Amino acid sequence: MRATIERTQKIIDEVLEVYPERTRKLRAKHIKPNDPTGECGSACQVRSNVKSRPGVMTIRGCAYAGSKGVVWGPVKDVVHLSHGPVGCGQYSWWSRRNYYNGITGIDSFVTMHITSDFQEKDIVFGGDRKLEQICREIKDLFPLAKGITIQSECPVGLIGDDIEAVAKKMTEELGIPVVPVRCEGFRGVSQSLGHHIANDSIRDHVLDRVDLEKSTPYDVALIGDYNIGGDAWATRKILEEMGLRVIAHWTGDGTLRELALTPRAKLNLIHCYRSMNYICRHMEERYGIPWVEYNFFGPTKIYESIRKIASYFDDYIKERAEAVIAKYKPWMDRVIEQYRPRLEGKIVMLYVGGLRPRHVIGAYEDLGMKVIATGYEFGHKDDYQRTYPELEEGTLLYDDATPYELEEFTKRLKPDLVGSGIKEKYAYHKMGVPFRQMHSWDYSGPYHGFDGFPVFARDMDMTVNNPTWKLIRRKER
Amino acid sequence: MRQIAIYGKGGIGKSTTTQNTVAALAEAGYKCMIVGCDPKADATRLILHKKAQATVMDLARERGSVEELEIEEVLLEGFRGVKCAESGGPEPGVGCAGRGVITAINFLEENGAYEEDLDFVFYDVLGDVVCGGFAMPIREGKAKEIYIVTSGEMMAMYAANNIARGILKYAQSGGVRLGGLICNSRKVDKEFELITEFAKRLGTQMIHFIPRDNQVQRAELRRMTVLEYTPEHPMADEYRALARKIAENKNFVIPTPLSMDELEALLTEFGVLEGEEVGA
Repeated sequence: MRATIERTQKIIDEVLEVYPERTRKLRAKHIKPNDPTGECGSACQVRSNVKSRPGVMTIRGCAYAGSKGVVWGPVKDVVHLSHGPVGCGQYSWWSRRNYYNGITGIDSFVTMHITSDFQEKDIVFGGDRKLEQICREIKDLFPLAKGITIQSECPVGLIGDDIEAVAKKMTEELGIPVVPVRCEGFRGVSQSLGHHIANDSIRDHVLDRVDLEKSTPYDVALIGDYNIGGDAWATRKILEEMGLRVIAHWTGDGTLRELALTPRAKLNLIHCYRSMNYICRHMEERYGIPWVEYNFFGPTKIYESIRKIASYFDDYIKERAEAVIAKYKPWMDRVIEQYRPRLEGKIVMLYVGGLRPRHVIGAYEDLGMKVIATGYEFGHKDDYQRTYPELEEGTLLYDDATPYELEEFTKRLKPDLVGSGIKEKYAYHKMGVPFRQMHSWDYSGPYHGFDGFPVFARDMDMTVNNPTWKLIRRKER
Repeated sequence: MRQIAIYGKGGIGKSTTTQNTVAALAEAGYKCMIVGCDPKADATRLILHKKAQATVMDLARERGSVEELEIEEVLLEGFRGVKCAESGGPEPGVGCAGRGVITAINFLEENGAYEEDLDFVFYDVLGDVVCGGFAMPIREGKAKEIYIVTSGEMMAMYAANNIARGILKYAQSGGVRLGGLICNSRKVDKEFELITEFAKRLGTQMIHFIPRDNQVQRAELRRMTVLEYTPEHPMADEYRALARKIAENKNFVIPTPLSMDELEALLTEFGVLEGEEVGA
């Protein structure tokens, strides 16, 4: 085994030493040194997408979070009903800063919190009648809503309410699609199953239900961009400048109609592979629509991706693609010129979900920074396979990491910046380690596209080089 | 105060047996309460002379929540001062009846239904212990004694054996004990001997053998217990005997449930299967 891999393995072994034997053995399968070549074999393959260990605390979410919080929540002209007791809807209110155009409460509903607020009597006597009543009330209160989704919380599944029957009846009665989503939180091992369930519900109740008046050879759908802080808008701008026509947003700033007409696209462009590969595969099998993964974080990956997307089209698009790159490159170079000297050589530790653990690596590299450790909350094997080649040999990879592990790795690896979620943020602040909340861009953004990179660079600089950190007494770092 | 739970296969006569026995205990001067733990809410009909309309959960649904109820609305008094409450619950096929039982019992407890001068509280529980809710009456701090109503019919004994398994679980965690089997006769061959032996194998006793008599049904049609309708009838004496045995019972055990094979062997031994062969 090579030295870099051995060195990382030694750190992993040290950190896991405190665990009881069984836990140590199981956790060891989830934490590996990176081997970009694959020569190291199964000793460097990260195990993923299995049940979290009790007692060590996971940072994962649930199936409801995956459906309501990620996939369905940003669809703006649909009312998403958190069906069950009030807490799930209350704590997922506002979703993840999924921006949208529209008038909230009139034709758009993303930031609203609508729940059936289950009481004990709804559990004992069942909530189906209440659900019918709520659907009618939603139709009365919001006549411009294009549909309703029923996001099931745990108790609905436990008591066996027949939300499918209610949805069918209400779809007929109200004349808008009412979509039952069986995303009860106890299903699956993480939010990942919720993404899949939500994808399937779009497939079964929405997809291919409307037609596009006019088709062009350049029609594409933007998939797996949730418009956090305006990400999808920054992306759409590039695609349109390339000469493509974006006919659908999945799902940031998206509408029900867009989801329905997506099978008319010539190519599906997928950013967050983890949460939406299911629907892309379905459209490929059912309608023969090809799909391509791209990465709009940081200029290097953006240029690469623009050329990759253009390769699916004719010379007209290819020429425009080059023109777009030529137009923006000087601006991007200036951004790098400005920030790189301040960030050069800084090392970064990440622990996030979806696409970020691998997609943001290039953006950091553009700024002269290096990702020395990364991992997924709810990734699968195919995510890790896409990650290995992006990183140097010996980079630390962890799956479903625990707060203890993250803290210990931080002490040993001494990163200049940590990027993770809200649950980790304040612990790192107390440790005196510069931290960015990388789930919703820490109230900033966009980070995608040419518009996003300057914001990303500025945010990393103002975090890493913030003088405040020097005022915090650090425990031996 | 002794808290007693009555279990048994659906339709075996739990509610009838419980109410007649409680009527006999009341007649003997004991202060009793019956808590019906079945959405059908028919566990107190013979004591109250009507089907209880004001169940805890029905009123809770009407008012919005259980906090809106007063104890007097759901705790009614019937024959010889026997207090009666019904948990109530959803119609078949919807919601969660088990949660209804939990909510109702919690409500009764928190609102002082369990007065200190009560001698006996009887829980009349839905046929099968299908989920945690129906085991509520035998959890920590509630019924410590269980009687299983059975007959010599195979399915009733299967059910009784299953219930014994449930008791075994709660006996280890909560201290509940089996007080005996009550044989509500269906006039099966050698029924007395069969249930006596079955009880022995379970490690318990057949506390009483109630013969079959249509006087029970005649009383039921008039929404009364036998003790109230015809107190001088021999069936009334049977329930008095059962009541006395329960009051004096000291035989409380952790049951030893049978395996399926053992149970079937027992049935063969007492001629159930043999009889069928002769018939064929």
